[in-house]
Amino acid sequence: MADEVPKVEEMAAINHTPPKTGWMDTPAVIRPGMYCYSAKAKPLNILSMPYGRDWDPIEEDWHLPENWMEIVLEGLHERLHKFRSLQLFMDVCVRCGACADKCHFFIGSGDPKNMPVLRAELLRSVYRKEYTLAGKLLGKMVGARKLTETVLKEWWTYFFQCTECRRCSVFCPYGIDTAEITIIGRELLNLLGLNIDWIATPVSNCYRTGNHLGIQPHAFKDMIDFFVDEVEDVTGVRCNPSFNRKGAEILFITPSGDVFADPGTYTAMGYLILFHYLESMGLDITWSTYASEGGNFGFFTSHEMMKRLNAKMYMEAKRLGVKYIIGGECGHMWRVIHQYMDTMNGPADHLEVPKSPITGTVFQNAASTKMIHITEFTADLLRHNKLKFDKTRNDNYNLTFHDSCNPSRGMGLLEEPRYIIKEMCNHFYEMPEGTIREQTFCCGSGSGLNAGEDLELRFRGGMPRANAVKHVHEKHGVNTVACVCAIDRAALPPLMDYWVPGVQVAGVHELVGNALILDGEKERTEDLRFEPLAGMEDE
Amino acid sequence: MNVWISLIASLIVIGGLVVGAAGVAGLAQYSHTPELLVLLGVVVPLLAFIAFIVGVILQVVKWGRRPVPFPIATVAGQGKSLPWIKASYFDAPYTKAGVVGRMALEVLTFRSLFRNTKMELHDGPKLAYGWQMWLWVFALAFHYAFLTVFIRHFRFFTEDGSVVFQGVMFLEHLDGFLQLGLPHVLISGFVLLGAATMLLLRRLTNAQVRYVSLIQDYFPLLLIISIAASGILMRHVIKVDIVAVKALIMSMLNFDFVGIGEKALAIGWMFYLHIFLVSVLLAYFPMSKLMHMGGIFLSPTRNLLCNSREFRHVNPWNYPVKVHTYEHYEDEFRERMIEAGLPVEKTLEETQEAAAPEEKE
Ligand code: SF4
Ligand code: SF4
Repeated sequence: MADEVPKVEEMAAINHTPPKTGWMDTPAVIRPGMYCYSAKAKPLNILSMPYGRDWDPIEEDWHLPENWMEIVLEGLHERLHKFRSLQLFMDVCVRCGACADKCHFFIGSGDPKNMPVLRAELLRSVYRKEYTLAGKLLGKMVGARKLTETVLKEWWTYFFQCTECRRCSVFCPYGIDTAEITIIGRELLNLLGLNIDWIATPVSNCYRTGNHLGIQPHAFKDMIDFFVDEVEDVTGVRCNPSFNRKGAEILFITPSGDVFADPGTYTAMGYLILFHYLESMGLDITWSTYASEGGNFGFFTSHEMMKRLNAKMYMEAKRLGVKYIIGGECGHMWRVIHQYMDTMNGPADHLEVPKSPITGTVFQNAASTKMIHITEFTADLLRHNKLKFDKTRNDNYNLTFHDSCNPSRGMGLLEEPRYIIKEMCNHFYEMPEGTIREQTFCCGSGSGLNAGEDLELRFRGGMPRANAVKHVHEKHGVNTVACVCAIDRAALPPLMDYWVPGVQVAGVHELVGNALILDGEKERTEDLRFEPLAGMEDE
Repeated sequence: MNVWISLIASLIVIGGLVVGAAGVAGLAQYSHTPELLVLLGVVVPLLAFIAFIVGVILQVVKWGRRPVPFPIATVAGQGKSLPWIKASYFDAPYTKAGVVGRMALEVLTFRSLFRNTKMELHDGPKLAYGWQMWLWVFALAFHYAFLTVFIRHFRFFTEDGSVVFQGVMFLEHLDGFLQLGLPHVLISGFVLLGAATMLLLRRLTNAQVRYVSLIQDYFPLLLIISIAASGILMRHVIKVDIVAVKALIMSMLNFDFVGIGEKALAIGWMFYLHIFLVSVLLAYFPMSKLMHMGGIFLSPTRNLLCNSREFRHVNPWNYPVKVHTYEHYEDEFRERMIEAGLPVEKTLEETQEAAAPEEKE
């Protein structure tokens, strides 16, 4: 697949001037490299979602059900009445364009339909036709158009060229959140079975086995046991994680990406090392093979699907009788936890307000969800000087931090990871302002777009992020991007290889795992990647 | 090319309104038909005002009735977590006061627009982002000038000497501090005209904004420009009898229609053009994007608290969904779980016993 991606120079020659033809007269082009394969029948049927069938987006005939238009318009009507956000965002946009050049997909592709305002207009135009007098009478003159197959295909194209990152919403004077429109737009498409494979398959896997990759319980345990061996090789200490253990105090849930794909695996080793370190200090934590996925691709499908997948967290916590839950480093998992979980699947009355068994800190900010982010937990430990560590073991890393969209704009987690990184590492450099924190740029592969077949789209969307990394790479010799998101850990390495070769990607707890000094450990000469530590190269 | 059609169409509509209103007013005065003037200067504005009030209420009620199922506030700063981490009080508000502050900053200072950046792509490739303040400046100037002009007009609606009247006159005094000409030049009117024109020019010159612009975007801007221009003309060039205008308005407000025709005839045609355009704006307001004025207060990404982990948000239409329970899961994987040494709820024997009766049937 990678050989089909245009060369860097070709990709970087972007024209941000819109075409001469008006956008309604400029058809959407679905071309290889810029779209994800369609969802097949099987996963949709497993999930009992409607109209599971095999279809191909680049073919003319999408095999839509006879009454597809009715279904969509009814769906739209229902949602206008269920979501104030949708209704309001349909009515109040002034098309000021403040959001236009904020979207990484517009910046990287120059396609005007990737301007958030126009992405929303794709839906708004149909809304106008159906719900406003002027739209009914004057049609195209006032930006209204009928729902046709062409329009539907355009929706599909551009709602799957949005990573629901919410960057645009920070700049909109009315807080119009195009991600919200995309979310609901995708929900409408899903009424017709128009999902993408990279979302539908993980969702059905997650539903059945508990995680995206469809890893069954014994294999899940095997993977973690493998990390235990690796950690022993590096540190000489054997950790002893437990699974599905009833009566544990804390349940730990992380995205399965941490367990199954490099470089996320190093982060998983970091968790193991930290938990082992804390065991003697009173940490009583268990993993679950059933709730073995924090990530929730249901979020990229529909509110209902999000709820169906998310339900596992509380159900498993209840079954095991834990007091609260700690969540690993994942992006959209945390947006779901922060803004949806308690509403959908709460109240979590069977749990208690999280309280660190080591520092006694009560996490009042999670008083209702009873779920805290692992960087909150670790930052608190560091603040209370509960950890012994040797930060020089991370001296090979010149770091920068990529704020993942969801933890930053979805929950306001900005300082905790930075605090940990600064404690754990000697060399840390921020990327330029305007590209970090609440204005952070997306990796370009979020919301289920991190497939193999849409690499061009991902590299275009990831360009602003990569560019900011390149800046610190050239200025400070940054060679590692730290992040707290499993999709980032999967998406950023190829992105960096493409735009900024020589920069690798690490999770925050990988750094913690490297630096922590375990009781009885051997002299460490390698980091968790089996790379020699700084100063140990010759040995 | 296509994109210019919207502008031209708006120009034609506005032109028609201007010519029509001016024509009717001129004709009425020429032919001494006060009824037409009363229609233009009294009836139409009253109807427009009613349409405005009813329309705005209907819109706000429509929005207000839609539930806010999830706490989807845009978090634009550090959230509240550990006590030693400074949370962003206004950008990730966790108190009601914080939300009020966030909204106030948004409504009074256009804080989000203030953040605006401009992206530039240089060779290399190298992306650069510069602070872009023009939209913010024009928008702010436009809205504050509009507000000032709006308040100033209350001198026509209040009894001379009343408290409101005095306040308005004080504002007008400030507004006219340059003391140029007679009557004094009121700056707000010119700022309004200038800022609206700049917003229009921005819409026309910024390729991306032009590309998304519709009639609905040009029309209100052109309408407001025409209103401001007619107001300025009326004050300084084609003057009208201000005292007569006030007399007309006050009798209208007091439902005192005796001799209203005479009063109407005493006022120059420019007034009728001005008030007609204002009426169009009023009537158009509720069904247009101008409703952003009300909408901003209801925007869930801005007016919700960012403490959704601390306090539960309730979705009024939450409903049960089909989930994959642990029991199902264990039923499918029990054997392999046992082999791998994972704890299970039911042993294999138990499940066989449970399944046995069925097998017999
Ligand atoms: S910034 Fe907001 S109001 Fe302006 S065009 Fe974008 S969505 Fe519309
Ligand atoms: S949510 Fe992100 S990807 Fe989607 S339109 Fe906004 S900026 Fe672009």
